[in-house]
Amino acid sequence: MTDAPGEPRSSTEPATSDGLDDPGGSTAIDEWSVQRIVRTMIPLLAALSVLQLVSGTVLESFERTLLQYPALLVLLPVQIGTAGNLASITCSRLTTQLYLGTYEPRLSNPDVRANVIAVFALAGTVFGLVGVAAWAIGVALGGSLALARVLLIALVSGMLLAVLVVVASVVAVEVSYRVGLNPDDTTIPIVTNLCDVAGVLILFAVVGVVV
Amino acid sequence: MDGHESAREIYRQALPVVLVSLVAGLFAGTILGSETMRSGIESVPGILLLLPAFLATRGGVYGSLGARLSTGLHQGVIEPTFALDRRLTNAIVASFINGMTVSVFIAVITYLTLVILGGRGSLLELVGIMLVAGFLSAALMLSVLITVIFVGYRRGLNPDNVIGPVVTTLGDVFGVFFLLVGIYVVGVIT
Repeated sequence: MTDAPGEPRSSTEPATSDGLDDPGGSTAIDEWSVQRIVRTMIPLLAALSVLQLVSGTVLESFERTLLQYPALLVLLPVQIGTAGNLASITCSRLTTQLYLGTYEPRLSNPDVRANVIAVFALAGTVFGLVGVAAWAIGVALGGSLALARVLLIALVSGMLLAVLVVVASVVAVEVSYRVGLNPDDTTIPIVTNLCDVAGVLILFAVVGVVV
Repeated sequence: MDGHESAREIYRQALPVVLVSLVAGLFAGTILGSETMRSGIESVPGILLLLPAFLATRGGVYGSLGARLSTGLHQGVIEPTFALDRRLTNAIVASFINGMTVSVFIAVITYLTLVILGGRGSLLELVGIMLVAGFLSAALMLSVLITVIFVGYRRGLNPDNVIGPVVTTLGDVFGVFFLLVGIYVVGVIT
């Protein structure tokens, strides 16, 4: 790569001393080397892709149901995407707080409490809207599921996912910090993937009960 | 911007972007359910199998790039300018390598799963589709993500509240769309 050891630093580097003052610190240039980022992430991304095959297999097995009820097909990316959004907001905020030294994973910590309340408020707003929208598009595509059912599916699976998002984010930041990995590289892939797989499993569990 | 925001502030900052991502997600769902996509799913064995992994790695690769840049901005080790800073270039190159490598890996494990499950499939076809879709995603995600983070940061938005929705929105809509393009391109070549 462009990052061979010993290669002189680029002259466009504005503050060449900041990494040298604190060689063991997280601001060292080493933390930003191509090799380091790729080596940290490739095994993780590979493992998570294998994990995603679980939801892929579930999707394949529900292919007929999905084609029969278009509202569910429409619901799928939104449901997963929104969980991923909430997860990455939570992880990203927790990680920044970790670096700034204001992180403490307790409900008594006002920062954590604000995160949790915001996640549940966002989830309630969004999954309610998702339910109505997926129903409408489903009807337009020739589906037959009633509004109450689509709304129930979206809200129940959505709120279950919000609980999972909060718990998984805190655990992931905590664990990757303790084992010495940069939480910016590890937590978002882990938590969003977990939410994707759990999202498909929870969605189809709820679908199985409601439909 | 100091990490001490109230629930109301987080909600207010995140909601508009989350709502935009919701609309985009519905759009992705509609592409997914379209006639063209369904015939693609039928003609290429393994598309439904690789879909979650492909969409998820968009989030993994580019979401962590976003979080890294966000922390870098907060720490002051990178500047919100488009100059070719060493750290910024490294982060971008690494994300591109990660994105392409994982796309090919997904094609291979999808093929292996098809074989194990006793189905049929073409390794070459799956790798080709993933290369096209992975490259197009990388080009789009990298340029948009960096623009949004820097412009947002300069205007006083906390990138932590914005990156996730931007990544998943673009990742889902264009992921499904580029997958369709990949299926089309490989179908034309073979």
